[in-house]
Amino acid sequence: MKHVEPLEIRLLRPLLSVYSLALLMFLIIPILVIIPLSFNAGSFLSYPLSGFSLRWYHEFFNSNDWMPALLNSLKIAPAATLLATVLGTLASVGLSRGEFRGKALIMAVMISPMVAPVVIVAVGMYFFFASWGLLNSYLGLVIAHAVLGVPFVVITVNATLQGYDRNYTRAAASLGATPWYGFKRVTLPLIAPGVLSGALFAFATSFDEVVVTLFLASPTQRTLPMQMFAGIKENLNPTIAAAATMMVLCALLLLLAMEVLRRRTERLRGAKTE
Amino acid sequence: MPEALAFESAPSVVQTQRLQQRLHANKRAYTRRSLLLILPLLVLLVAGFMTPIGSLLTKSVENPEVANALPNTLKLLNSWDGTTLPAESVFNTLGQELRTARAQGQLFALNRRLGYESASLRSLPTAILSRLPADGSPVRDTLINDVPALGDIKTWATLKQLGKPYTSLYWLAAFDLKMDAGQVRAVAPDKALYVDVLKRSLTIAALVTVLCVLLGYPLAYWLSRQPARRANLLLILVLLPFWTSLIVRTASWIVLLQSGGLINNSLIDLGILDKPLQLVFNRAGVLISMTHILLPFLILPLYAVMKGIDSRYERAAISLGAHPYTAFRRVYLPQTYAGVTAGALLVFIMAIGYYITPALLGGPGDQMLSYFVAYYTNTTINWGMATALGGQLLIIVLLLYWVYARISRPANRAA
Repeated sequence: MKHVEPLEIRLLRPLLSVYSLALLMFLIIPILVIIPLSFNAGSFLSYPLSGFSLRWYHEFFNSNDWMPALLNSLKIAPAATLLATVLGTLASVGLSRGEFRGKALIMAVMISPMVAPVVIVAVGMYFFFASWGLLNSYLGLVIAHAVLGVPFVVITVNATLQGYDRNYTRAAASLGATPWYGFKRVTLPLIAPGVLSGALFAFATSFDEVVVTLFLASPTQRTLPMQMFAGIKENLNPTIAAAATMMVLCALLLLLAMEVLRRRTERLRGAKTE
Repeated sequence: MPEALAFESAPSVVQTQRLQQRLHANKRAYTRRSLLLILPLLVLLVAGFMTPIGSLLTKSVENPEVANALPNTLKLLNSWDGTTLPAESVFNTLGQELRTARAQGQLFALNRRLGYESASLRSLPTAILSRLPADGSPVRDTLINDVPALGDIKTWATLKQLGKPYTSLYWLAAFDLKMDAGQVRAVAPDKALYVDVLKRSLTIAALVTVLCVLLGYPLAYWLSRQPARRANLLLILVLLPFWTSLIVRTASWIVLLQSGGLINNSLIDLGILDKPLQLVFNRAGVLISMTHILLPFLILPLYAVMKGIDSRYERAAISLGAHPYTAFRRVYLPQTYAGVTAGALLVFIMAIGYYITPALLGGPGDQMLSYFVAYYTNTTINWGMATALGGQLLIIVLLLYWVYARISRPANRAA
């Protein structure tokens, strides 16, 4: 028996679809609107466009501001990602090995950098790092960015470990594998999608970070987002659009990678419940 | 094999105890190894996060300037009766210590600290130094004569007060209050600022949260009702903004909203407007861009919650005669309350700490708490004020996070 819907519900449904599509446009258009501007021949960061040109990309790659900033970002982000991922994964594995006192507290501490307003983290680190001589140093920036990325690694790896069957570890151990060998050959390959998506999150966090970097970095350590911040404040020119376009592309790649990893994790979970 | 089992029979009490002991030792070793795995990250977080935040809070009550510059003067003032002007030795020590402070470059910090107390105190050290006899002759009478403030007992009482290692000055100032003769009073209305900043931050965060919930709820609902394949494709439109750098999104909004920007030009071309609307460097720009940036943080968790809701309850209600609207309001909506509250709190927590977006898209009257924390740290170097305002922000966030954790815990367990 098909239930007959009242008229207003039948009218509401297409209205909801129109509304939803409109809101989706509101979400995506601001991201896309900056892309054509990066190919604009004119020298203002506004529409209408005046012809196609690659001059702003040329400008970006030959600039004494943007290129060093990109290189700084590429120096700091991978190191911070590595630190956050390795330590975060080890800690998540440790946390997943059973119940003990203080576990909830430890978990709260690990998530806390995600919750604290970034300006507070920045000021706190600014004072504390100053007393350790870590201001204006790459080490300081890597530590700061790693701290900010840790919660994402812990959350994703933890979620993946929930779907991991500990009997695999036990099987490896009973077959004579040392804990490290068992982790390396059995656990890690199985939780790899979660570890990788945590790493991507940590990378994106570092690659996006402005505020903490603003406080801790020396003028020669400007990162890409910091350079963009300065560019927007000082002179709004289409090089910003070129940089933004490449960053949107970067976001798209991250998103696709995450999607692939998510499917893999789901398959891992599916295998367990079957 | 049953015979063999029977032959081994039950272990003796001693054996059982030994077994239990070994089991316990094993368990302890296991937990120890687990903690060992956690330790490196904890060290990183304690050194790189907890301690910095803790030192921020202690800095907000520290009061080192006067104590550092004038240690001996303060020592002498400790035994001062407080009713008559101090003796020659106090004047003399003060003069000498100010000279040393000037030689060591401490004078600037001292003046600044005195200036927080009152504008006239700020110039006191300079005035004393310029009148101080150089030949080592008695200074008391000269100074009282030439620097009238030193002839006032209140000045000395204030100095003594300022020598204490801790102060409530910055925390009181963060709420537009001050200590006046031992009593907490409101500062003069023309100097009040921070209560307004706090209210403004809370208002902006609340407005953004409400906008996100009102806009995001129907979309999340609609998405959760789409076939899986289509929903996944449509979700990309939510996820791409989510993954795009905040600074890129902020730049895009400037392009869209500026007076020669896409929105204004389109509206003028369509004949809706005669002259461009002011959409950027004001509250509208901040609200639009922050709502856009934070919407995915509401939509994504809410979508996940809505995906998990069994549609049979709603259908059961309808089949029992409920109007679909009633079924939605009485059956579906309550099942999303926890998700909405958690998502809204998350958005609020993130919004209240915003710095970059209001700094780039707002006007002077749209700057939030974070802006002032950064301003006092980097521009005016008033670290006491920066850390007190930061502490204020931290307390708000911690309280909200505590509520958030309480709300989202049962949901986590169910998942």
